[in-house]
Amino acid sequence: MMKKEKVLINSFRQIALDTIEMVVENAYISQTAKPGQFLHVSVEGHMLRRPISIADINKEKNTITILFKVVGSGTAKLATLTPGMSLDVLGPNGNGFQIDDQQKSTILLIGGGIGVPPLYYLGKTLAEKNIEIISILGFQTKDYVFYEEKFSNLGRNYVVTDDGSYGEKGFVTDVVKMAGDFDSYYSCGPLPMLKAITTKLKGKPGMISLEERMGCGVGACMACVIPTKKSGGYKKICSDGPVFHAEEVSL
Amino acid sequence: MNNLAVNLPGLELKNPIMPASGCFAFGREYSKFYDLSKLGAVMMKAATGTERFGNPTPRVAETASGMLNAIGLQNPGVEKIIENEVPFLANYDTSIIANIAGSTLEEYEKVANAFNQTDDVHALELNISCPNVKEGGIQFGTDPGMAAKVTEAVKKASRLPVYVKLSPNVTNVVEMAKAVEAAGADGLSMINTLTGMQIHLPSKKPLIANQTGGLSGPAIKPVAIRMIYEVKQHVSIPIIGMGGVSTAEDVLEFLLAGASAVAVGTANFNNPYVCPEIIEALPETLQKYGFDSVQDAIGKGIVQA
Ligand SMILES: Cc1cc2nc3c(=O)[nH]c(=O)nc-3n(C[C@H](O)[C@H](O)[C@H](O)COP(=O)(O)OP(=O)(O)OC[C@H]3O[C@@H](n4cnc5c(N)ncnc54)[C@H](O)[C@@H]3O)c2cc1C
Ligand SMILES: Cc1cc2nc3c(=O)[nH]c(=O)nc-3n(C[C@H](O)[C@H](O)[C@H](O)COP(=O)(O)O)c2cc1C
Ligand code: FES
Repeated sequence: MMKKEKVLINSFRQIALDTIEMVVENAYISQTAKPGQFLHVSVEGHMLRRPISIADINKEKNTITILFKVVGSGTAKLATLTPGMSLDVLGPNGNGFQIDDQQKSTILLIGGGIGVPPLYYLGKTLAEKNIEIISILGFQTKDYVFYEEKFSNLGRNYVVTDDGSYGEKGFVTDVVKMAGDFDSYYSCGPLPMLKAITTKLKGKPGMISLEERMGCGVGACMACVIPTKKSGGYKKICSDGPVFHAEEVSL
Repeated sequence: MNNLAVNLPGLELKNPIMPASGCFAFGREYSKFYDLSKLGAVMMKAATGTERFGNPTPRVAETASGMLNAIGLQNPGVEKIIENEVPFLANYDTSIIANIAGSTLEEYEKVANAFNQTDDVHALELNISCPNVKEGGIQFGTDPGMAAKVTEAVKKASRLPVYVKLSPNVTNVVEMAKAVEAAGADGLSMINTLTGMQIHLPSKKPLIANQTGGLSGPAIKPVAIRMIYEVKQHVSIPIIGMGGVSTAEDVLEFLLAGASAVAVGTANFNNPYVCPEIIEALPETLQKYGFDSVQDAIGKGIVQA
């Protein structure tokens, strides 16, 4: 269950262009969060909280890792914080990835840009269950690449850049063939990427994590909706998601 | 004696604080944070005659000291609200105010009438001021003749006290207030959001899919205070004030301007505990400025001409 918590910033480092990795400490969230859930972070001087995915958890140390890209005023403000300061967050929010407990299955993780972080905690959790992991990580250019080594430790890993400045050239969908056989996939990234993936992998079981501008972040304001395929209704990304079955929503 | 208590038509409020319509859904989400019995009342999300899916996304944008929203009255429809949502809220010791909306006079009547089925709703908030739907809503809220007509129709259709929610998107709010008072309104609720727009630089297009949205939050508080101050001097029905409230000091300012109770909207998004925190801080704030009770402060900021 989500709570309003203070988290203490333990460490802060830039890991790629405009991309910050922050490790924060909080017992409640670290013990209860599941892969795919997010923190709704209050930023000084801003009306609305910012949703940021949980990228990793260390239960022994009570820490949560988040990664964010500086894209606007809120994330720029977050990038001025230093270890020892604290953040006011709601968390853990939303419903994460449903984890397939089938032994011996092979799972493909497909991440694009700042959609890569939640897949790391997911991949780590799956790898602990002896599930085989293959990952494809897409970035704009070499300067934005992060966590390649961490994903390589989980299994076979492909990096793709739009301009070919690192790894394969092209989009993540161009590499899916190279990845070989898999049973199901999990993906998070920009909407055009998710559209391309779900179209290409139609028929394969998959789960995708979505983004939308949020008001409350707790399911009360109806800001963050996505149309569902059946019945013409809407689901709330903040509380029904952010993770959905690929077949469930209309992108 | 409870110095926070206020009695209004249909509403015996143990304190004057309630979440504003559309910012609290039907209470379930915030009930996970605190006991809703702490609240003076709850203003439910707008109910329409049948289910509405609302507008495409993006539906919200952040602004300096506020936000824009164009949700478009997404709600499951009045029957489902009565069946599934009202009984949940009725578990709490708080008053329930149903916000009603429609595209036509007939839809307003239908929704108002439907709430006669339940004993758990204590008052209606007649939303004639939603800027975010294509038909209905706003035209009822900007034309005094139309506003009076819908107020009269709803009064006739319902056995509950009716608080008419006024739009700030008018040149003469006093005229609107007088028109609905004459048409039988039991109270007023003000203000709804101010129509605004944000242009997204990367796409060079309006950010909100509906193009325009309603501005809420601290940015609109001075507008709300001014409008309540003006209206209070021309009507004798009570006013529930709202617009940018996030502290007990803000609440006192609304009381001084002439509000008898105060709703909190956008502030819930940043701080889910904002309502109980305000309720807790209110006695001390009243005392600090020399008031014995909420009742004592109402309208005391008005300078007699
Ligand atoms: C469930 C979820 C998980 C996310 N996880 C991460 C993550 O792990 N790392 C990361 O860097 N980013 C993540 N994002 C995107 C992140 O929330 C936005 O980049 C961030 O809110 C931008 O804030 P800003 O003030 O810098 O930008 P501005 O453009 O100045 O923000 C203005 C407003 O728009 C909202 N907004 C802007 N872009 C987005 C967006 N893409 N998604 C949702 N709201 C947006 C902001 O929250 C704010 O309310 C996630 C988004 C969602 C919905
Ligand atoms: C996301 C959102 C949804 C809203 N939905 C409704 C609604 O359904 N009916 C209504 O009468 N007002 C609605 N409002 C307006 C609020 O009830 C309130 O009048 C306004 O936001 C000003 O108060 P605030 O500044 O405290 O938010 C909504 C406001 C927001 C921000
Ligand atoms: S952000 Fe309010 S319902 Fe999702």
